[in-house]
Amino acid sequence: MTPDGPLLELTGVSKRFGPVQALDRVDFAVHPGEVVGLVGDNGAGKSTLVKTIAGIHTADGGRMRFEGREISVSRPQDATELGIATVYQDLALCDNLDVVANIFLGQEEVSSGPGGISGQLDEAKMEHRAGELLSGLSVTIPSLRTEVGTLSGGQRQQVAVARSLLGEPRVVLLDEPTAALGVPQTKQVLELIGRLRERGLGVVVISHNLANVFEVADRIVVLRLGRTAGDFKAEDTTEEHVVSAITGIGEGAGNGEGGNGEGGEGERR
Amino acid sequence: MSAAEGAQPAAARDGDEERGVRAEVLRRFIQGDLASLRVVLGLAVIWIIFQSQNDRFLSAENLTNLMLQITAVGLISIGIVYVLLLGEIDLSVGAVSGLAAAAMVVLNVKHGWSPYLAIAAGVLVGAAIGVLQGFLFSRFAVPSFVVTLAGLLAWQGALLQVLGSTGSINVTDPKITGLANTFYSDAVGWVMAVLVICVYAGIMLEGHRRRVATGLTGESIGPLAIRIGAVAAISIVVVAILNSDRGVPLALLILLAFVFGMEYVAKRTRFGRHVYAVGGNAEAARRAGIAVNRMRVAVFGIAGTMAAIGGIMAASRLLAVNQNSGGSELLLLAIAGPVIAGTSLFGGRGAVWTALLGALVIGSISNGMDLLALSSAVKFMVTGGVLLLAVIVDAIARSQRQAAGRV
Repeated sequence: MTPDGPLLELTGVSKRFGPVQALDRVDFAVHPGEVVGLVGDNGAGKSTLVKTIAGIHTADGGRMRFEGREISVSRPQDATELGIATVYQDLALCDNLDVVANIFLGQEEVSSGPGGISGQLDEAKMEHRAGELLSGLSVTIPSLRTEVGTLSGGQRQQVAVARSLLGEPRVVLLDEPTAALGVPQTKQVLELIGRLRERGLGVVVISHNLANVFEVADRIVVLRLGRTAGDFKAEDTTEEHVVSAITGIGEGAGNGEGGNGEGGEGERR
Repeated sequence: MSAAEGAQPAAARDGDEERGVRAEVLRRFIQGDLASLRVVLGLAVIWIIFQSQNDRFLSAENLTNLMLQITAVGLISIGIVYVLLLGEIDLSVGAVSGLAAAAMVVLNVKHGWSPYLAIAAGVLVGAAIGVLQGFLFSRFAVPSFVVTLAGLLAWQGALLQVLGSTGSINVTDPKITGLANTFYSDAVGWVMAVLVICVYAGIMLEGHRRRVATGLTGESIGPLAIRIGAVAAISIVVVAILNSDRGVPLALLILLAFVFGMEYVAKRTRFGRHVYAVGGNAEAARRAGIAVNRMRVAVFGIAGTMAAIGGIMAASRLLAVNQNSGGSELLLLAIAGPVIAGTSLFGGRGAVWTALLGALVIGSISNGMDLLALSSAVKFMVTGGVLLLAVIVDAIARSQRQAAGRV
């Protein structure tokens, strides 16, 4: 694999639920240090695509490559082991537990001493590691021992992202990370996404909010009716082009061929 | 390049972080420890009222009796705390305690089993029933309320069946009656007090040492010393009082051992952390790879086990198992205790020591009214009133805490 090759590459991936063709020969790639915005109307297949990458659904056809190797992901654990982390919209945090407990939930560090037999938690080690993770993301949380239920929406999102980084993934999928957040909190989360990019991770952001996507994404992939309906370089395109690709209204969009020509869509009008 | 960019805000943030930590410690002190302080104050008020009505209430003899009276309920409540932490309820613990005690006494008296084997069998009966109910609840997604309500009826029937036509069997084995009727000499009592203080101080200081060694800020040595001092003072006062009567009872040691042991499991182990997680957000726990259904079965198993142990202690104290064993208000008091002392009915919040504190509050009310020779009618109504008052105060405190947290 060359350094510039994609971290994760999907070629012709299809997924069918009964009569519904949720994904139809979708091509998708994310490179190291790249933020890809995945946009599309409701039912366009965004969630299905993410769940297929995350191992919740298994693709019916097509190929997936990770760091150049052919892979098959049939369980969420497969994706996690490969280094693909997913942060879902509902975050799945326990409000009654503190930040450290949430970050390590299900992967707690156990004492190495005699207490380890009883499954004694190594709180000091976990708190230390959690502190490192969060300060590496320049996250501002008053205390690691704060109950997550008392945090703001943006802080909760940050905790969820930090949690996903525990396994040192290469690719992070974020499902609607800015939904239901206020303006300053949205800014926090977008900055956080920027820092993930600086670390050389491949980041996939699903969002309905085109303004946010344009602010943070290097590349924008549009899905429409289960097909790739556009693949734009963020700096070379405008919201109008992306919207027309999403809706299929206007020229140069909706024919499923957009995936081939990065940034060339503007000329097709 | 990213490191250089990251360094600046990190350095600037250090001061804020320290202030944040201090505010957080203060907040936790107010909201966490004051909640239990509230219950302790309530207990003090109850004691003052009864003492003013009858000066035998705070005598060493009566306080020793109080300890013996709360043992069974306290032990059963420990299991209830675990169930409440999951956000579930177990209505069968009273009946299970009676059935387990009956199984023990029948095996011991009628079948001539050794007391140790009979006790172990009784505990196993409770554990097996708990596991069965937990399995039915998690496997078929029947509300725990219904499963254990059915259990309440069924195990009461089983109790009558096991006791047979006599309806009452006396406990005669000295090993079994000794559980609730053994008192230790003064010297042994003091040795135990010293042991408790040393173990507690050791655990707290070791935790502190580890935090410092890992380079973490947090609780400074001052509050730590206060806590250790408080535990030491309580231990010394309790042993002094008990020694001036019959001595430290074995029953109290059993209760305290289970309270500390199960508190340790809940707060310091991976298993306990997962109990809190399932109670807080079962879906999040499932996605984090926690076997939620297995946790549920285990927790109901704990509830059944603790109910059996409580039932055996009750049988030992009353020297008999009869058709009323584990019946009447035992179940409701075992649930009311932890709730009065601050364990949430909705899951994810609470602590094992609330079982002890709650049993102490309810036991004091009951004991005090017995001393005043009040009727059962008054006792029930007053206990009900105290439960209601406690949950209302708790609900108000919680809503304020939430309001403060959101802002």
